[in-house]
Amino acid sequence: MPDTISFKLNDQPVHLNVDRDRTLLWVLRTDLGLTGTKFGCGEGFCGGCTVLVNQRAMRSCSLTVKDVQDKEVTTIEGLGKDGQLHPLQQAFMEHDALQCGFCTPGMILAAFGLLRANPQPSREQIIRGMEDNFCRCGAHTRIIDAIQTAAAAMKGGR
Amino acid sequence: MNPNLDPALDFQAGPESAVSALASRRDFLKRVGGGVIVFVTLGDWAFAQEAAQEAARPVSVRPGLPTDFNAFLRIGEDGRVTCFTGKIEMGQGPITSLPQMVAEELEVPLDSVDIIMGDTDLCPFDMGTWGSMTTRFFGPALRAAAAEAKAVLLELGSESLKVPVTQLTAQDGVIFDRQDNGRRITYGQLTKGQKIERHLTVKPSLKDVSQFKISGKPMLRRDAREKVTGKAQFAGDIRLPGMLYAKILRPPAHGAKLQSVDTAAARAVAGIQVVQEGDLVAVLHEQPDAAEKALEKIKAGFDVPPATVDDRTIFEHLLRVAPAPKVVTQGGDLAQGQAQAARSFETTYLNSYVAHAAIETHAALARIEGGKATVWVSTQNPFGAREEIARAIGFAIENVRVITPFVGGGFGGKTFNLQAVEAARLAKATGRPVQVMWSREEEFFHDTFRPAAVVKIRSGIDAAGKMAFWDYSVFCAGDRGAPHFYTIPHHRTAASGTFQGPPGLHPFGVGAWRAPGNNTNSFARESQIELMAAAAGIDPVEYRLQHLTDPRMIRVLKAAAERFGWTPAVSPSRRGYGVACGIDAGSYVATIAEAAVNTEQGTVQVKRVVCAQEMGVVINPAGAKIQMEGCITMGLGYALAEEVHFKGGAILDTNFDTYSLPRFSWVPKIESVLVEANDIPPQGGGEPAIVVMGAVVANAIADATGARLLQLPMTPDRIKAALKKV
Ligand code: FES
Ligand code: FES
Repeated sequence: MPDTISFKLNDQPVHLNVDRDRTLLWVLRTDLGLTGTKFGCGEGFCGGCTVLVNQRAMRSCSLTVKDVQDKEVTTIEGLGKDGQLHPLQQAFMEHDALQCGFCTPGMILAAFGLLRANPQPSREQIIRGMEDNFCRCGAHTRIIDAIQTAAAAMKGGR
Repeated sequence: MNPNLDPALDFQAGPESAVSALASRRDFLKRVGGGVIVFVTLGDWAFAQEAAQEAARPVSVRPGLPTDFNAFLRIGEDGRVTCFTGKIEMGQGPITSLPQMVAEELEVPLDSVDIIMGDTDLCPFDMGTWGSMTTRFFGPALRAAAAEAKAVLLELGSESLKVPVTQLTAQDGVIFDRQDNGRRITYGQLTKGQKIERHLTVKPSLKDVSQFKISGKPMLRRDAREKVTGKAQFAGDIRLPGMLYAKILRPPAHGAKLQSVDTAAARAVAGIQVVQEGDLVAVLHEQPDAAEKALEKIKAGFDVPPATVDDRTIFEHLLRVAPAPKVVTQGGDLAQGQAQAARSFETTYLNSYVAHAAIETHAALARIEGGKATVWVSTQNPFGAREEIARAIGFAIENVRVITPFVGGGFGGKTFNLQAVEAARLAKATGRPVQVMWSREEEFFHDTFRPAAVVKIRSGIDAAGKMAFWDYSVFCAGDRGAPHFYTIPHHRTAASGTFQGPPGLHPFGVGAWRAPGNNTNSFARESQIELMAAAAGIDPVEYRLQHLTDPRMIRVLKAAAERFGWTPAVSPSRRGYGVACGIDAGSYVATIAEAAVNTEQGTVQVKRVVCAQEMGVVINPAGAKIQMEGCITMGLGYALAEEVHFKGGAILDTNFDTYSLPRFSWVPKIESVLVEANDIPPQGGGEPAIVVMGAVVANAIADATGARLLQLPMTPDRIKAALKKV
């Protein structure tokens, strides 16, 4: 049943006339054209579809639009501010923390969620925090390094 | 890469030519505006034959090697250089390494080189991106083209500056007189108004490695920025006005026949279109999720053939039906070797089916307009896709254009292009652009798995522990990596079947999986070698060195041992150290791993992996190391966990809950060592380091516990079972 759903998306207010039970991932990718959020498994296993909801990393394949009503949603397209890359994006580039790059948006946003909860994580804590994000290309070690670098650059801010 | 919908190239002159296929050099030249264009024919070169053999693998329809040209590059009137390649970028890095080579040879800044990849209308025919061939075979062609272009520019410069060529230097896209720096002219100025075509048939002299300024230096990926900002477009990210998303009815098992279908309830859903065309039953909607829901409303009956094999009984089945073995290599006299042997070992090694499981599922978007089909495809094989599509929709090949955006991982799994065929058929049926993007379940169902395989080895050592004979038979994996490289006086290596079949051998599709066949072969060979070393009471590194004569292998093994800090000990030393060597795609690897085994739970933690690789001239060391790390990490999956569960033609794994990929906590400390070999042309780097992963982990487990694992993956149950036998 179509309904008006309002939330903030990448700092802009959006009002959508959609069925409240539609999956957030598809609404983002189709209705809103934000294709940086990836489909990898559709069932919450891979983390490819990770977005931020009120700054927390969540899997958009497992959320409906009503779940984000009145909330703040950030996708990879909205992570950098004022044309500046976010330190995590910068660090992923510097560390070559990607190959095919398909898992990358989800990795970066999952890492964002991790650093928000724990701004200076140990290597162990990063591994535990990222455990359920899959990368088939095997960029894992570099992703860990990138997260450490970004954590240092962010010094608990952002 | 050309993620743009229609790459804006100035030579896409008329509306006609922009969509017609690039059939030959003549056709292409008609469209070219100006500049210097160099065509290279790979077929003239000695290695073309090897390339052709490598490539004569996975594609059913293959028009054969082109007779015209394989690569070209163009220096436009703006001085920008564009190289065109049918290769694609799926994470292995040619989007960085190929322009690097061009910039190097041509003496231009790297950022003035553009690359167009995998567009069948703009790029010369290519047989597909696999077999670690891009750098090996295509690289030299492109470098030759660049070197030739530079020679042309020097001639032009000489005319224009009225200075002999010998007195000119090309640097940063400028040609200048060494005796008068002020006499200079840019490439752009030189190409203005020119229309120069060169066709290379001989290999021109290339820059010496020692003069590399750009190649051979670590270089960050050129596509990184797009990929960290979400701008990089993959096939499923392309949007066209009026497009529909399709969901397709799938059978419950391979071999199942559709008996009845009732689409009435799906048709009743607002905005849903149903297409039923023979076996293809699809629902389409402007929203993918709506299509998915509507698909659930279709009632279908299938006739499912009875299951005769499953993931446990498959090995007996394979041995029963495998074709007669063919000898790959042999020497000496096995009977004599057996007679000389003081001890013999007979071992059977098994490995299960493994999925490619790229995180990007197969996706395609097809648009048909004015009798022309344009299809954006996640594929390793754009020209193969073009053939498949043309055949399926009854179009002439020149009326099909395949564009390859970024590919989200391939590993051999994106060679066949069923999803592109489906999208094209549905676009034709509906008259609208149609996207097909497989779910994870569809991905597991339609994947062409790495085949389950069996290796039987009989081998023996003499009283001094020296290898006396080696009788090796591989079934259903193919012979890549099957020949051993040790000094064994009496030996025979035979292979039954290939990694592809014959048809009907496997209950579902199988195909190339990163270094096809070699993972199976290296697991068996290197396990058996280690087993003999242990029996001979000799340290496994030392034992290998005693039986090696190939200096390339000796070098990598020594390099790995040195970096690892190897100290000799006879296995099982309880240290959990494993060694394995392998050759793949012309490259040599030696890997040493340290693993800890939890004997109660049967779990393994690989703590450290040192991998030494020699791959000839290294064009992009940073990229090469990334590939090695990727191989090591991916290899842990098939070594420890990955295995497709099935019953007959029904695939029981539908998502990552039962089929697990390597995770962050699995990843060891990885140290990759590139062994320099600048006297050897570039060899493959995308696959070699993965081939030894099964053996190196098995050998580490054996060293830790004395338990020898003979089946991949080495799951906790299998490890516990092996421990019981110790
Ligand atoms: S697509 Fe959402 S977790 Fe995989
Ligand atoms: S970079 Fe390819 S899946 Fe992570």
